[in-house]
Amino acid sequence: MNQLFKELRLAGVSRHFDNPSGQRVAALHELTLTIKRGEFICLLGPSGCGKTTALNCIAGLLPVTGGTISLDQHRIDLLPPEKRGFGMVFQNYALFPHMTVRKNVAFGLMMRGTPAGEIKTRVARAFELVQLTGHEDKLPGQLSGGQQQRVAIARAIVIEPPLLLMDEPLSNLDAKLRLEMRAEIRRIHRQLGRTTIYVTHDQEEALSLADRIVVMKDGLVQQVATPEEVYAQPANIHVARFMGYRNVLTLNAGTRNGQRIALEGQGLTLEGAVKQDPGGKAAVAIRPEDISVGSGPNTIAGKIENVEYGGHESLIDVRAGNDVLLHVRTGARVKMGEAVTLTVAPERVLVYLAETA
Amino acid sequence: MSAMAARSPFRTDGTWLLVGPAVIFLMLFFIYPFGYGFWLSFNPAEGAWSANYQKFFSDEHLWRTLIVTFQLSLPVTILNVGLALPIAFQLRRKTRYQRWVTTLLVIPITLGTVLIAEGMLTYFGPRGWLSQFLQLLHIYDGPIRLTHNFTGVVLSLVISGFPFAFLLTLSYVTGIDPTLARAAATLGAGPWDQFRHIYLPLLAPGLAITFCLAFVQAFSVFPSAVLVGAPSGPTRVISLAAYEAAFEQYDYSMASAVAMIMGFAQLIVVVAVLGLRRGLYRGPVGGGKG
Ligand SMILES: Nc1ncnc2c1ncn2[C@@H]1O[C@H](COP(=O)(O)OP(=O)(O)O)[C@@H](O)[C@H]1O
Ligand SMILES: [Mg+2]
Repeated sequence: MNQLFKELRLAGVSRHFDNPSGQRVAALHELTLTIKRGEFICLLGPSGCGKTTALNCIAGLLPVTGGTISLDQHRIDLLPPEKRGFGMVFQNYALFPHMTVRKNVAFGLMMRGTPAGEIKTRVARAFELVQLTGHEDKLPGQLSGGQQQRVAIARAIVIEPPLLLMDEPLSNLDAKLRLEMRAEIRRIHRQLGRTTIYVTHDQEEALSLADRIVVMKDGLVQQVATPEEVYAQPANIHVARFMGYRNVLTLNAGTRNGQRIALEGQGLTLEGAVKQDPGGKAAVAIRPEDISVGSGPNTIAGKIENVEYGGHESLIDVRAGNDVLLHVRTGARVKMGEAVTLTVAPERVLVYLAETA
Repeated sequence: MSAMAARSPFRTDGTWLLVGPAVIFLMLFFIYPFGYGFWLSFNPAEGAWSANYQKFFSDEHLWRTLIVTFQLSLPVTILNVGLALPIAFQLRRKTRYQRWVTTLLVIPITLGTVLIAEGMLTYFGPRGWLSQFLQLLHIYDGPIRLTHNFTGVVLSLVISGFPFAFLLTLSYVTGIDPTLARAAATLGAGPWDQFRHIYLPLLAPGLAITFCLAFVQAFSVFPSAVLVGAPSGPTRVISLAAYEAAFEQYDYSMASAVAMIMGFAQLIVVVAVLGLRRGLYRGPVGGGKG
């Protein structure tokens, strides 16, 4: 395929499956997205939301049941995977068990007819990148899960594909290595100037890697935006929940004044910022970091029920209003059982349409 | 379990109750007859201890049977395994189609060789349906000789042996994680490369086992060699020589010697194939976790 494509266009890409009771269920519903060359896109969402399905459709491993995929002017959704030439890191690694990991990594270059000398240097460089030098002659079965995962990454990046698809490639690494590999993946992406689609259920990973994040739920795209925007301005209550807005309250919407709205219920009276017109019942999302101990706008009185010490900051649970539990992250020194006053800026009280069912 | 019990060779957890009968069965019906036959073969009715073996390898009427048996069983085994592999590979995905074909191919297994031979005589014989059909349509008017010769036995062995080789191969093929081939595809491997680099090496150990079992099955051919073959010459197989020694000449010692030679010949092939298999990858056929 053309290494230098300008954009990859997904138009209404859908994939349905027949579930055991014979119904057709959409694992992926009308994904529409244009990805520019050089972009780093994260597909973010909880397990089962259709991320792997989306990746498989793009790679050509799963026929789409609706929509089209094009690379610049060319439709590619009917091409077999080997004709698309995208690299992929599989969620379950899919290493060839009968080949040494060196042969695994060299496989793609071999299929492309790369000269032996070049294969050797490129494979050696790939092993260096994933910090596995010295393990080249082992079989995949002789490596730990984390090492196998890094072989899978090496095998995909060594061919320097125009589009690299990665399905939760760091899920099995320990915290330190995960941070290192994350930086490495970002660096390789920048260095090669290629395009990456990266699947994860870890919001922190998505925030730190992506140019744009695609948040998904139940096969449906919820929001496509930059990390900053997804973090500060989630498009709906599902995205908010997923992005770490741990306090979600259902309150009655009162009078509205521009973007501000009065909220009341569960023994609390607040002022919030409208993200979606809520109608009568509003879902209200607040991050633990946005609540502070002290007085100011949106004062809430409560009693501390639990303190989780966390070094620089502590995570505290406060019982307020009519038995509402609020999670607060604060640097203030507080004790269990104490009465506290909390405050939160109205623009950080995000108001959405209440969840249905 | 306590360390004492774990170390004891006679564990008290009932394993012996399960294994015991099998061991007794093996001793009674395999080891003992084998040992007895071995001993018997070296105690000929007359002559030196090795008289039976000398006779076998000097009498063309006898040693030829060994060659005939190889000439039948090796090509048939290669044919059976060679046919089973592509068909099983094509049917590797679970579909309704796979179920149908599998069921269809299993039927000959349930029939048994004698029934197959009878069916073949009705169908392939000189006045059989096939012959009548071809003559009726004037496709081929000459005599059709598919039974009572070498071809007849080959056909019979394929009909009875192929389903077995196919089912075994299918179970090996479907055991291979299809994600591996998909991973190869994303790395640029087309269908042929996927087969050559992924499926074939992972299947090879299983194919070796299939080959051994199919070979042993074909090597001990007896009923079809008599019923649809030409037992006086071209398909005079070694089991027939053993049968004649035992039940026509009542020379059990000679019959045992023939049986020993037959067993040894099979053993050589099986050991050779398994020896080749040792050089192959024989680990799990999955691609990682999950
Ligand atoms: N081969 C399949 N047959 C039926 N349902 C499937 C199949 N593959 C995936 N699904 C369903 O599609 C949904 C999305 O799956 P997947 O894309 O693997 O999710 P994720 O990768 O986000 O965890 C799930 O509900 C899953 O059960
Ligand atoms: Mg997945």
